[in-house]
Amino acid sequence: MKKVLMCGNEAIAEAAIIAGCRFYAGYPITPQNEIPAYMSKRMPEAAGGIFIQSESELAAINMVFGSSLTGTRAMTSSSSPGISLKQEGISYLAACELPAVIVNIMRGGPGLGNIGPSQSDYFQAVKGGGHGDYHQIVIAPASVQEIADLTMLSFDLADKYRMPVMILGDGILGQMMEPVEFKAVTKPQIKKDWILDGCKGRKPRIIKSLILNEAALEKFNLKLQKRYKEIKNKEQRCEVLYGDDSEIMLVAYGTSSRICRSVVENMRKKGRSIGMIRPITLWPFPEDAFKKLGKNVKSFLVVEMSCGQMIEDVKLAIDCTRPVYFYGRTGGEIPSEDGIIKAIENY
Amino acid sequence: MKEEIIFAGFGGQGIMFMGKAIAYAAMNEGKYVTWIPSYGAEVRGGTAYSMVVISDKAIASPLIKDPTICVAMNSPSLRKYEAKIKTNGLLVVNKSIIDIKPERKDLEILNIPVTELASEAGDHRIGNMVALGALLSKRKVVNPESLINGLKDIVSSTYHNLLPINEKAIRKGFEYGSR
Repeated sequence: MKKVLMCGNEAIAEAAIIAGCRFYAGYPITPQNEIPAYMSKRMPEAAGGIFIQSESELAAINMVFGSSLTGTRAMTSSSSPGISLKQEGISYLAACELPAVIVNIMRGGPGLGNIGPSQSDYFQAVKGGGHGDYHQIVIAPASVQEIADLTMLSFDLADKYRMPVMILGDGILGQMMEPVEFKAVTKPQIKKDWILDGCKGRKPRIIKSLILNEAALEKFNLKLQKRYKEIKNKEQRCEVLYGDDSEIMLVAYGTSSRICRSVVENMRKKGRSIGMIRPITLWPFPEDAFKKLGKNVKSFLVVEMSCGQMIEDVKLAIDCTRPVYFYGRTGGEIPSEDGIIKAIENY
Repeated sequence: MKEEIIFAGFGGQGIMFMGKAIAYAAMNEGKYVTWIPSYGAEVRGGTAYSMVVISDKAIASPLIKDPTICVAMNSPSLRKYEAKIKTNGLLVVNKSIIDIKPERKDLEILNIPVTELASEAGDHRIGNMVALGALLSKRKVVNPESLINGLKDIVSSTYHNLLPINEKAIRKGFEYGSR
């Protein structure tokens, strides 16, 4: 397929449709509006595709819930304040073991904040913004090509593990255009033997999250935890740059990782011993890659567009065996290469 | 080869489109490219910019700190970006409406009457295409023909009747810059 020039938001929408997503509901908010705009045009063109501009974020996530339990691949998208509104629905999706893809193109917070790019919803995304002992898989692309590839993967993962998957991007990734190639999906969709599609001739199925008996609810939670453990074992993804011969490792995802890559390239040219770990899954966090690093790595510098959230998972991943420093900008500001280099020199 | 280009001007001058047009041409030439718009609350009349990185290697950061090329379409843009351009960089100045003079001596500066040349091409509103043509006369970022050939793919078919005058505007800018 030919390369096209597309912004990240549009690439998410197109990739979703190619992956077989046939239901989208969302409520507008900058900087992710290109997703519903694109969906409103393309979804009706796809066989059986439904686009709904819902009356609210709450309605959108619950429409996704309803669509998912019929076996349809379903997606919603929003930006930070709107994602907060969806948390109840995400907890219910997790409780009902329903696959869904939720896109958060983060903007500056807290509150209404601003429309600048941000990564300050990391905690909410990976620690579970809704209530209960649940997880969602969190995917963090860093280029428009990766956005396309990982959006398709997100639908596969959601179906495979029957749980919500969040694509966590920021305003820059959503707005930035890069060449992208949509590679045809070859994986067949998994047959879903749990959906509500009319029970004529068979026993009715029940999908609900209310489990009043304590022992039964504990048993259900342990079943979920077993699945989460399997995901932690099988689905960690990351990119490691110069892991074998660096003293300092930067740790960054999304747009921050693009800036850090420039820093690594430029400092390497000057003979500095520096590399980077770029998590692609934020949950499960790529702990194994950190554990595999050799003694050559003396310290870490975590770079985020927040006041320091992923840094906690880095410390956990290495059991605090080495110093972990932080550099970040927040409120819609973006870390500069100079700022990162200064941070490296000062530690 | 790596060029980091900032296009800046008023919202409504076609600042986003300039970036998109050159980015699209570069992609068709097989180059790596990134394009970032200012997506803030800037509307018509406000200040807008787009950032384009074009390289023959994979692009790490798409964010530009010191551009190698800046196209300033109005005075606030010239004031904002002149100091940031890399030494020996190119500064294209929209002489038609910018009444201040650039101060840097270590840049290549091209003053160009974009509105007048656009009018000659057939529509005073397509100064952005004149400026693009002028840029390409000084820096061979892409082949002008790639730019011209790409327009039909990125312009809505509603406006395809305007393609010939866009081409004319690009060529006029290119000729002016080549003098």
